[in-house]
Amino acid sequence: MAFTFAAFCYMLALLLTAALIFFAIWHIIAFDELKTDYKNPIDQCNTLNPLVLPEYLIHFFFCVMFFCAAEWLTLSLNLPLFAYHVWRYMSRPVMSSPGLYDPTTIMNADILAFCQKEGWCKLAFYLLSFFYYLYGMIYVLVSS
Amino acid sequence: MEPWLAMAHKHQTAIIMLTTKWLACLSTVHRVGTWATTPPSPLGTRTPRLLTTPPPPMHPALQAATQPYTQAHQPYQQPPGGPGPAQLSPSLAAMSLQSNTPESLRVVNLLQERNLLPPSPTPPPTPCLPQDLQKINCNPEVFRSTLTSIPQTQSLLNKAKMPLGLMLHPFKDLSQLPVVTSSTIVRCRSCRTYINPFVSFLDQRRWKCNLCHRVNDVPEEFMYNPVSRSYGEPHKRPEVQNATIEFIAPSEYMLRPPQPAAYLFVLDVSHNAVETGYLNVFCQSMLENINALPGDSRTKVGFITFDSTIHFYNLQEGLSQPQMLIVSDIEDIFLPTPDSLLVNLNECKELVQDLLKSLPTLFQKTMETQSALGSALQAAFKLLSPTGGRMTIFQTQLPNLGVGALQSREDPNQRASAKDIQHLSPATDFYKKLALDCSGQQVSVDLFLLSSQYCDLASLGCISRYSAGTVYYYPSYHHQRNPALVECFQKDLKRYLTRKIGFEAVMRIRCTKGLSIHTFHGNFFVRSTDLLSLPNVNPDAGFAVQMSIEENLDDLQVVSFQAALLYTSSKGERRIRVHTLCLPVVNSLSDIFAGADVQAISGLLACMAVDRSATASLSDARDAMTNAAIDSLTSYRQSVLTIQQPGLLAPACLRLFPLFILALLKQKAFRTGTSTRLDDRVFAMLQLKYQPLVYSLLMIHPALYRVDDLTDEGALNINERTIPQPRVLQLSVEKLSREAAFLMDAGTVMYLWIGRNCHPNFLSQVLGVPSYAAVPDNLYLLPELDTAESQRTRAFIGWLRDQRPFFPPMHVIREESQLKSTFMQNMIEDRTESALSYYEFLLHLQQQISK
Repeated sequence: MAFTFAAFCYMLALLLTAALIFFAIWHIIAFDELKTDYKNPIDQCNTLNPLVLPEYLIHFFFCVMFFCAAEWLTLSLNLPLFAYHVWRYMSRPVMSSPGLYDPTTIMNADILAFCQKEGWCKLAFYLLSFFYYLYGMIYVLVSS
Repeated sequence: MEPWLAMAHKHQTAIIMLTTKWLACLSTVHRVGTWATTPPSPLGTRTPRLLTTPPPPMHPALQAATQPYTQAHQPYQQPPGGPGPAQLSPSLAAMSLQSNTPESLRVVNLLQERNLLPPSPTPPPTPCLPQDLQKINCNPEVFRSTLTSIPQTQSLLNKAKMPLGLMLHPFKDLSQLPVVTSSTIVRCRSCRTYINPFVSFLDQRRWKCNLCHRVNDVPEEFMYNPVSRSYGEPHKRPEVQNATIEFIAPSEYMLRPPQPAAYLFVLDVSHNAVETGYLNVFCQSMLENINALPGDSRTKVGFITFDSTIHFYNLQEGLSQPQMLIVSDIEDIFLPTPDSLLVNLNECKELVQDLLKSLPTLFQKTMETQSALGSALQAAFKLLSPTGGRMTIFQTQLPNLGVGALQSREDPNQRASAKDIQHLSPATDFYKKLALDCSGQQVSVDLFLLSSQYCDLASLGCISRYSAGTVYYYPSYHHQRNPALVECFQKDLKRYLTRKIGFEAVMRIRCTKGLSIHTFHGNFFVRSTDLLSLPNVNPDAGFAVQMSIEENLDDLQVVSFQAALLYTSSKGERRIRVHTLCLPVVNSLSDIFAGADVQAISGLLACMAVDRSATASLSDARDAMTNAAIDSLTSYRQSVLTIQQPGLLAPACLRLFPLFILALLKQKAFRTGTSTRLDDRVFAMLQLKYQPLVYSLLMIHPALYRVDDLTDEGALNINERTIPQPRVLQLSVEKLSREAAFLMDAGTVMYLWIGRNCHPNFLSQVLGVPSYAAVPDNLYLLPELDTAESQRTRAFIGWLRDQRPFFPPMHVIREESQLKSTFMQNMIEDRTESALSYYEFLLHLQQQISK
């Protein structure tokens, strides 16, 4: 059982994916609160917007790590999500602070529905990738 | 009313006669062969009726029930327990469209029939409800739906390819408004709907909500009817007899004690501003109307002026004259004194009047060219946030100093671009964030923009859009060079200062279970899925919403919508204005088309296109509008039309739809290829979203009248004045003639076009000039001459102006006038170098439909 750099990458990815799953769940709950009129959109956007860039940076960090560890399969699985993040951030409404969500438009039903779907899809992806990294870590640890 | 009806009938028969005779006007080759011999539409032997009447009764029992409400009838037999949708006979569904095509579904071949415009403005279509329900239904000027028959399922609505939405004008000035002071306001326990005329009473003690179908108890106090002093008849109470009603709200409806009316005026006093001379007009207007400002003894008023520094005015009672305090630290603005900047109007009236008299002279010699609008707004917000209220900003140039400074983004070479228009969305979110902060503190911001250069209205307008304010725009305002605008500004200011106002308002729109609202259009902030936060509500604001059908409305005969506006009146009373609309549910595509309201559909499409041009692009929005016409006519052709005829076929209720779509495509907001200033374009977009439907329709499709031959035939008699009613003409140069004079009513502006060979009689008797060459260039007022023609013309123009709250300036145009191009741009049916003519547009639609 050799402790290679790849194994270290997978371990770190495992921990950080837990954080990403937490973010995804936070998003889902936040949009549900908006939908059921539990919270004000201004306050909700002020809590959601600071979380967007950290999530995107963590995921970017994964991609860089797997690139350095030469784990091409894992990298290719993460690249579409990275491209999606880039597109999403480029097409955000005009804002002076970092973030994606504008309180004046977020209550439109189509935008709200899109964000909810996005939350669920991301949760599914991060959960699957959690188990994938777990498998990958054990594989790398065992097979070298 | 009667002569007008007769005239409409006469013209209807004339239109049908002309159908087969229209040949000479067309110059393009037609590949569609047999349109010359197509038989006229199958009307049978019925007398032509107005387009808006519901279908003739089929079931003998419902014979009296479905007459249009303009005709007399015997009342529908009401079973005990009051009116209600539960009493409707199941043959309501059976009576639709069996052998007789109703007037609204009469097939019209748009390529053939030339004169589609009705001679006078059409009333909105009447929903197909039984007489007793329709009689108490909400006024369509207040609450109107794009489809007066709601489809039963979402798939049916998708097949019809028409948008489903509501156009509201909830705070409209009403002549009769029942006001109820009641200790209990009866509301449904689960959905909190207010009791309305469309609930059903199960027995004397229980009522069933028409929105969520829950059974509620009638409270004891409600059983007594104070109007008729009788007991035991809850269905006779005013809340159940009127669809529009106002309640005086008890203290549970207040989050804080009702606020006093607070008005803050923020005035630009840079060199540019003083040059335009608006300050004189403003101060004059304020002095005249100071006693007419809505409010009571607690009314507060304050003034802030700014250029590169912010100036506050200490108006404390006891001072001999107003004291000016200047704050030059615009990066970190603070209030110089804690109070006495916003003072009680009644106590300090003399000081306020002194200030208003001295303001124009104070800044006469100023040489400041910079404008620190952002800091002024922050200061004003600090001043108003303890109480809430209304902030009015007067700005004459691009803010270029301090926070919120804007850049000049417009490229003059791109004005006539045939492709996409850039910079339609805000450059910075400073104004949007400030508007949201204001909205949170119940402050509303109104913007008066009096500039001649580019002012980035796309960014500045956000301050009003999200705080439920209004934007007024006077391009190139100058007191000497543009006197027509000065008069317009004066009259608008008077209306603005004296109109009714509601403070710290919220509006909630509820609909029957199964329907849901997904998008809102208008100036407000959406606080939750159906709650709109309106710090100020004014009688000139219109709103639109789009709906979708979440669950099938299978076992429902009718659905209801309720808009409830909770506001504080200017006298400090908390009130709730409730409007309820009831519409039938249908399950066939032909019924949906029969009930389509083409004006509301066009208005809603305009709002949707404004949103689309901000999120996607302008060309996207234009394509979407054309596709809306194509899709709905395709759907009609495929699903409803039984006989396939060649040509572009449309139901009579939608015959004006392609015309309105073409008018929108040529409207200042959406047109490409013609030079349009960016601010003008953005303002047109803001107006399309903000104005109530009837005014935005005039903006989209102006009304053209011939005025040199006004007669008293068919005239209205109002207040002993005879008001002639000329016919509405099509917007084509074909209808203009050198020998006549025409009036174009475009909602916010009017044009009086004088033909070169106009009869000298008209010139002398109405304009007071001997010949055409003597007509002055910048004439904007008709002289008050004693001749019959002058009186008729002025009566007609005055009547048009009285119908709307704002004041449209009038421009008299000769053929050499500079405004001639603006006038000609409104000729929608004609071809220009960048846009199709109406007939070519119809051919384009036909080509797309038959693909």
